[in-house]
Amino acid sequence: MLLRQTQAEFLKLWRVPAFSATSLLLPLVFYAFIGIGQASERLQGTHVTFGAYFLASMSVYSVANVMIFSFGISVANERGMKMDLLMRATPLPPLAYLLSKCITAIVFAALTLVVLFPFAYIAGGVRLDALEWFTLTYRVLLGSIPFIALGFAIGYLAGPNSAIAVINLIYLPTAFASGLFFPKQLLPQIIQNISPYLPLYRFGQLGWDAIGAPTSENVTTDWLYLAGYGVAFFAIAVWAYRREESRKFS
Amino acid sequence: MPPAAELIDATKKYGEVEALKGVTIRIQLGEVVAMLGPNGAGKTTSISLLLGLRKPSSGQALLFGLAPTNLLARSRVGVMLQESGVPQMLKVREIVDLFRSYYPKPLPRDRAIAMAGLEEKANALVKELSGGQRQRLYFALAVCGDPDVLFLDEPTVGMDVEGRRSFIERIAEFAHLGRTVVLTTHYLEEADQLAQRVIVIDRGVVIADAPPTEIKSRVAGKRMRFVAPALSEKDLEGLPVSAVTIKDHSVQLLTNKPELVLRQLFQRNVDVSDLEVSGADLEDAFIAMTSH
Repeated sequence: MLLRQTQAEFLKLWRVPAFSATSLLLPLVFYAFIGIGQASERLQGTHVTFGAYFLASMSVYSVANVMIFSFGISVANERGMKMDLLMRATPLPPLAYLLSKCITAIVFAALTLVVLFPFAYIAGGVRLDALEWFTLTYRVLLGSIPFIALGFAIGYLAGPNSAIAVINLIYLPTAFASGLFFPKQLLPQIIQNISPYLPLYRFGQLGWDAIGAPTSENVTTDWLYLAGYGVAFFAIAVWAYRREESRKFS
Repeated sequence: MPPAAELIDATKKYGEVEALKGVTIRIQLGEVVAMLGPNGAGKTTSISLLLGLRKPSSGQALLFGLAPTNLLARSRVGVMLQESGVPQMLKVREIVDLFRSYYPKPLPRDRAIAMAGLEEKANALVKELSGGQRQRLYFALAVCGDPDVLFLDEPTVGMDVEGRRSFIERIAEFAHLGRTVVLTTHYLEEADQLAQRVIVIDRGVVIADAPPTEIKSRVAGKRMRFVAPALSEKDLEGLPVSAVTIKDHSVQLLTNKPELVLRQLFQRNVDVSDLEVSGADLEDAFIAMTSH
């Protein structure tokens, strides 16, 4: 049942090119435009290349992107089309429904890495040792969990037509402000002051640290921040879910 | 053994609106029941309570003696809802497989698809289906778990006459397997063809619960049709008639005493031609019961 549900969730997303193509290919395009040109240049005072640094940025960007989009949009859509109504009348446990969506999002996120890593390796000449590849991968996947909760919350709060707009409005600016496209030092001072409080910035720090780039605090602080955001997003998601329940199903 | 589905003195309020005002219905395994009623009478609300999609404001809803949200109870139930969507980007066979996986002992996939008459569309994406085909897909999803009880809320809505006829046959086939079917409908001939028992709901109250024949006999027994160019409403005053319609000189009415009505009309010098007298059908009964 869980397997089937996951399979179906995956196919549903996969067959929407607006989602699957953008989440798989857009990071490559960004990497080609921004990363490749100066891939071999070293960050000030370190041995880390910009190519590796930007790979970490894009890994974080694309994984969080999948989490927020796949959840936010699919949940909002299914609510809009009243798919949840028929599902609710079946013996499918709600937890299995939720879990299948989580697994699908994680598989999709892993797929984006499977595409992005070789691209950076070949086109950007990025060389990391095995431990660094591994650390980057697991941190990026584990650190994405708060964003699952965020996507879920947006899916229940936003209408089916506004979900995409809401997500883009939130996600793109915060990705910039978190230094995922340009190093934080290049951003206006006022944004630099805000960015340490952004979840994506903390997530980015985990990625940059994984490939040996210097970060402003130690990794434990970043994990704690992310855990805090995770709890907050999850609480909002549960609240939004309950609100929907009491409106539609009581 | 507990009844398949049961409402016990159930009420349901949506804000100020009282959709159900104390409804008691008991449906045994193997029964085929049609729920009739005008729009907003409370049919869909009753079904929603029985499926656990809504909670009664007071009273109880039970499936197989269990709470309708109980997964064990739900695994014996198949559902077709009026307003519900399915994922557009899955193929028919994929979504049937998906729903089969929810149930402990599902029908083979091809069998479920065949029961809905969708063999030719098994590999089509849901979004490519026509309206009627989509209704049939919902039927396939409702029966694929091989349920003991099938709930159908307005299953033939939006279908053409031929589509409805063949759809009704499919439901009848399923019922012949000894299964319980509960359907709501607007089309009285569907209820008449399918159901052994008709429950009429009006303004949140059950106003009749009996076999179709009994319901038919309960109202004014005969329907009279005739053409009377000179007839006015006044000519019918004081006669034992109900549900009168006059349109382009042709008159339709219900009465228990057709002979008396006719004699009176002659005495009042009304010319009557093309006279037909027939037994009232369910539609007549329904109109007579729910016209306020």
